[in-house]
Amino acid sequence: MTASVYVTGLGVVAPTGCGLEQYWQATLDGRSGISRLTRFDVSPYPAQLAGQILDFDAAAHLPSRLLPQTDVSTRLALVAAEQALNDAKVDPSALTDYDMGVVTSNALGGFDFTHREFKKLWSEGPKSVSVYESFAWFYAVNTGQISIRHGLRGPSSALVAEQAGGLDAIGHARRTIRRGTPLVVTGGVDSAFDPWGWVSHIASGRVSQAADPRRAYLPFDAHASGYVPGEGGALLVLEDAAAAKVRGVHQVYGEIAGYACTFDPPPGSSRPPGLRRAAELALADAGMAPADIDVVFADAAAVPELDRAEADTISGLFGPHGVPVTAPKASTGRLYSGGGPVDLVAAALSIRDGVIPPTAGTVEVPADYQMDLVRECPRAAQVSAALVLARGRWGFNSAVIIRKVFHDMEE
Amino acid sequence: MTIDDLRRVLAACAGESNNISLGGNILDWNFDDLGYDSLALMETAARIEQEYGAPIPDDHITEFRTPRQLLDFVNGVLATA
Repeated sequence: MTASVYVTGLGVVAPTGCGLEQYWQATLDGRSGISRLTRFDVSPYPAQLAGQILDFDAAAHLPSRLLPQTDVSTRLALVAAEQALNDAKVDPSALTDYDMGVVTSNALGGFDFTHREFKKLWSEGPKSVSVYESFAWFYAVNTGQISIRHGLRGPSSALVAEQAGGLDAIGHARRTIRRGTPLVVTGGVDSAFDPWGWVSHIASGRVSQAADPRRAYLPFDAHASGYVPGEGGALLVLEDAAAAKVRGVHQVYGEIAGYACTFDPPPGSSRPPGLRRAAELALADAGMAPADIDVVFADAAAVPELDRAEADTISGLFGPHGVPVTAPKASTGRLYSGGGPVDLVAAALSIRDGVIPPTAGTVEVPADYQMDLVRECPRAAQVSAALVLARGRWGFNSAVIIRKVFHDMEE
Repeated sequence: MTIDDLRRVLAACAGESNNISLGGNILDWNFDDLGYDSLALMETAARIEQEYGAPIPDDHITEFRTPRQLLDFVNGVLATA
């Protein structure tokens, strides 16, 4: 029951680019997608910067039947899923519907849609509320809409674990494949940039109130002052390795070699946070040692005590300056359930292209972090395995290891 | 309420199928074949009540098979109002 699980398709919708190569080029260039929030008048709010997808035209990508029933987060998820299936050259209609599943994570639900319908509820009464509110708000809606659109009727589910959930979805997708479903579309997408969603972001107390987009989200910097919320995420096509060979896939980005999740001890406990245990368990799951990891994609909270805890985790596990670390999410903002999956996309492309993308913006890493943070420009490196970390508020920790597949699919 | 009114309400409430144009002679098409499920019809019914003042009970709406049946019902309600 430990069949290898391959990553065969990628789709990404991010503030720095919708589409794999657009996102990747912007990421390597360190171009930022962070700007002043434009969805409403943000001037009365203490935080005003966001990672927005500015050029997204849903009607250009989706059938008109889907528009009245979808929140922007679901529209983005549908576009990313279609990209991933196209990238993997999967034609779902040519495969058995019950042999394909969908596992997504979602942290925020359909905020924008729901805000609009609540406004109608209060101002016009219950009869004005859209019948589609019944599912458009819902955490599982992205799984459902992707499943319906592409006819993927195999075992499917939705996971919620705040900002760590996207990696949990990928771990559960691997589990789903090992239980006998050959192909699973998995990942996470979030968006909540209506006023109600925005105050919910701010309520975390961790959102940057900086005014300068270049200085607002500085993971591991001595001047880190919180994060910038973003929107978007990624969907991946995972396949059972043997089934992928039978299908004759044209590309394998890597193997989901390890996955683990842990939960933090309660506040005030003398036990350490769970992030290191998640990383160690993922390594054990992969049968790998820390020395086998070529790059760490960090959670990168940009909240000083959380940065320090993560730096301690990484230096404790890999040794001081023991592994290159990067946080390309500094250019997109934190994408909630989308954060881990987008980092996994970047890790897959690091393996493909032999390059580690930079953490744009961060200038001054405290010496006692003992961290080899890739900054300013991409670093050429043979990447055979990457560790992706994610943490969610209230104690979630998740880790995924993607490992290069060396043998040719032809063999 | 005319078929053009219904076309507009259907498109606004539930969009249009990629395969079938609402602009054609759809009076006797099945809603199923036009791509509208029960939720789409519930949404349409709510909009008709708001705009035209003709209430359509939720358990009634799924009984209409075609635009003609729906329009006959609505116009019947409006005529007796």
